Amino acid sequence: MKTYDAIVVGAGHNGLTTAAYLAKAGLDVVCVEKNDYIGGAAVSRNLYEDWMYSNCSYVCSLLRPEIYRSLELHKHGLQVTPYGGSVTFKEDGDYYGSYHDAEVAYREMARFSVHDADSYERYSADTMRQCRFIRDFLLRTPPDPTSFKPRDIRELIEIGGKFMEMGEDRMYETIRFWTMSVAEYLGEYFETDVIKAAMSGSGIIGTALGIHSPGTAYVLLHHYMGDVDGNVGTWGLARGGMGAVSNSIAGAFQAYGGELRTEAGVDKFIVRNGRATGVALENGEEIGGRIVVSAMDVKRTFLTCMDKSDLPEAFHKRVENFKIRGSSGKLNIALDGLPTFPALPEGSTLYHSDMHFIDSLERMERAYDDWKDGTWSRDPYIDMVIPTLMDPTMAPPGKHFMSCFIQYCPHKLEGRDWTDPEREEFARTVIDQIANYSPDFKELILHYEIRTPQDIEDQIGITEGNIFHGELTMDQLLFNRPVPGYAQYRAPVAGMYMCGSSVHPGGGVMAAPGANAAREILADLKRPNTVPENFGDD
Amino acid sequence: MKIQEVHQGRLHSPFYSRLSALDTLNQWHEWKGYSSADALYCEDMEYFAIRNATAVFDLTPMTKYRITGPDAPDYIDRLVTRDMGKIKPGRVAYAVWCDDRGQVIDDGTIFHLREGEYRLCSQERHMAWLQTAAIGFDVSIVLETADVAALAVQGPTSFTVLSKMGLDGLEDLKPFGLMNFDFDGADLMVSRTGFTGDLGYELWIEPGKAELLWDALFEAGKLYGIRAMGTHALELARIEAGYLAAYQDFLPADATVRAGRTRSPLELGLGWLVDFKKPNFNGRRALAEEKRRGSTWRLVKLDIEGNKAAHHSYIFAKEKGNKREIGFVTSAAWSPVCKQNIAIGTVRMPHGAVGSNVWVEIYYQREMHWSRAMARATVVDKPFWFPPRRSATPPGPY
Repeated sequence: MKTYDAIVVGAGHNGLTTAAYLAKAGLDVVCVEKNDYIGGAAVSRNLYEDWMYSNCSYVCSLLRPEIYRSLELHKHGLQVTPYGGSVTFKEDGDYYGSYHDAEVAYREMARFSVHDADSYERYSADTMRQCRFIRDFLLRTPPDPTSFKPRDIRELIEIGGKFMEMGEDRMYETIRFWTMSVAEYLGEYFETDVIKAAMSGSGIIGTALGIHSPGTAYVLLHHYMGDVDGNVGTWGLARGGMGAVSNSIAGAFQAYGGELRTEAGVDKFIVRNGRATGVALENGEEIGGRIVVSAMDVKRTFLTCMDKSDLPEAFHKRVENFKIRGSSGKLNIALDGLPTFPALPEGSTLYHSDMHFIDSLERMERAYDDWKDGTWSRDPYIDMVIPTLMDPTMAPPGKHFMSCFIQYCPHKLEGRDWTDPEREEFARTVIDQIANYSPDFKELILHYEIRTPQDIEDQIGITEGNIFHGELTMDQLLFNRPVPGYAQYRAPVAGMYMCGSSVHPGGGVMAAPGANAAREILADLKRPNTVPENFGDD
Repeated sequence: MKIQEVHQGRLHSPFYSRLSALDTLNQWHEWKGYSSADALYCEDMEYFAIRNATAVFDLTPMTKYRITGPDAPDYIDRLVTRDMGKIKPGRVAYAVWCDDRGQVIDDGTIFHLREGEYRLCSQERHMAWLQTAAIGFDVSIVLETADVAALAVQGPTSFTVLSKMGLDGLEDLKPFGLMNFDFDGADLMVSRTGFTGDLGYELWIEPGKAELLWDALFEAGKLYGIRAMGTHALELARIEAGYLAAYQDFLPADATVRAGRTRSPLELGLGWLVDFKKPNFNGRRALAEEKRRGSTWRLVKLDIEGNKAAHHSYIFAKEKGNKREIGFVTSAAWSPVCKQNIAIGTVRMPHGAVGSNVWVEIYYQREMHWSRAMARATVVDKPFWFPPRRSATPPGPY
């Protein structure tokens, strides 16, 4: 049995990132993946003729530029192209568009309310202040507030310092911001329902909470703090689909000498004498590793792939209670042509934007009510984008790929497994909602792929198909992520680490958890650090 | 007497009607007397069209000369520093030409159109110099800037777009090659050249067919993301490609006042363009002497830490304790496609060897206040952006 310096379990973008930085430091690393393809939830799949589907994650903004740069991902084929704005279609036939050009955006907002248009500047500054606060901590290990180690104290002082720097009023605001609901937050700036509805979506994406639930204002920030080339809040498309992100990181990993093994699902982490020594694959093979790193979510890692007896009781309990609820699904569609949206002027740049079909906070909250009742939203929040309007590589010329992210969609229907007719009915709900605003949409559909949280769990392995590997609420963030006392990427078992989105700073195709874990591992192994520091906004 | 009055105000290229129809920003500048767009609708989108699909740039204002006559090959070879004998008909060469002191007057591209017939394209206007250098040669040099409409068609889908336009055989065209096609009864010359460092072509046609060409091009490109672009997007792309710009990364020697402000090709990293095996070319003796004694300056391509673009920065040898700067940045950008903080600069020898580190002093402003950062930079020798598709023949569909 060969013993590697490190085994990374799961070839999603975070696992690959950890693997790449370890290999870059000269370690002998193998990354094992259960599927016959890599990428996890940052993947491009050819599921219908000449179409490539970004069938899980579909847009890119959070991917840390420091990582992009230091792994030279452009040399391994990654290109991220920004796309502009968003549109929310209204039931009365009107729409509200958000534009890349600030003055056009202002005019459009003023069409509904001059108050809101003027208020946007203050909203933007207040939100940017929170972004600025959090962005600095993305590529850092959260301090442990109880350890009293010099390093933790230093980091705490740093966070405290940044907090104090905001000034007294802003400190109150910040505490409120981190705990309030997205609806309340938006309500402090805007009066127009459709504008608030359009902006509130970012507060609930991937989260089993409603727009009125406390803590959702932070989720909004999580979608706002990314950037494309310094334009904070801008989103981009990976050329060739989101698989280009994982493939390029894998390219860097392999260029550093790393080994990639697909169809190598892990059955168990092997622990001997309190120390992780390798993994047992589903096919019975065992691989030895001086350290092992799990990129899987914490529930799958510790509850499914480890013996309970190898873990501290309290830790095990905390992991059991970790909130990782399935709340969203996807519908990926191959289109024979570009659907028209009669509400939009011909050639509108909003065709290139995120499209939404729910125009009030009331409807947003009702969508959540359905989820609480154990079923999918009958009038769902859909985040729809047509990447092929920008990306010439994903579908034949003139044909299109449409990605629909749907919220809410439960992991189980009223506590039981989904049936195929119910999956179809879920798809129909989504298609019908879009077709209300695009009469020719239905007849353009060539093929679609339905992904309920259960499908995502079955195929990708993420517990309940939760896109963030655990919800982004204050009780599960920073030094509490995944559970208190274990936020510094080290598992309770010696020689074992966590690098997936269940650890700080959480989900989204950010690669920061993977990079942060690699930095901690290299420090433990007394190897030179290969992980870059935050660029910093100031 | 009939006086041919000069045109007052800015000139319009034959593509102006099409460009202005797409223009929503009303941001134009002057380029050798012509109106040229900074950006037409969105600088970022225009830039990304270059890297992701196809971007079209009107380069009609580029200075163009037609050089013909029995001695044209010898004249061209004598004029520039590189061996033009190797540039056969149907090929294009990047070249620089120098004054007798070996200082660069300009750089440009020379198209060997047909046996003994050339087009020289440059940023600046050089008829006086070209004629002076022609003494003793039987050549004709004709300014043809306004007689040729030209478009740069650049980006990963550019080959597909041009193929859709009916340019059969384009798949065989190699980088720095040119081909001629019939377009509506006119000669359409296509060269695989450009200023973006990506897959791309330049189209050359008589002005009367310009609008027709534009329309055919945009019709063919409809499904392949074709967009028009302005100068700002192009400028970013050219820095990524590591190309030099006159009046920015060097000064035309014959228009420079102060001593020591001009550069030789050796000082611009263009030693590969200087062929000392040639018996004679303008500046040969001075350049041979410079090669023997060593250059004063060196052009550097810098990969700079951090994310703040190093516009107008001084370059230092060390982070602290410097007596004086060793040079300065001449072009800088954050590269969206490489996710790198890049710059082109000039430093005093012996500083700036490839692989060495220098320090760049960056000033940047955040909410009125200025900050200063010293950032470590690594000197690199390759272009920052050089995708495989740039040189693939035949090129891929995207």
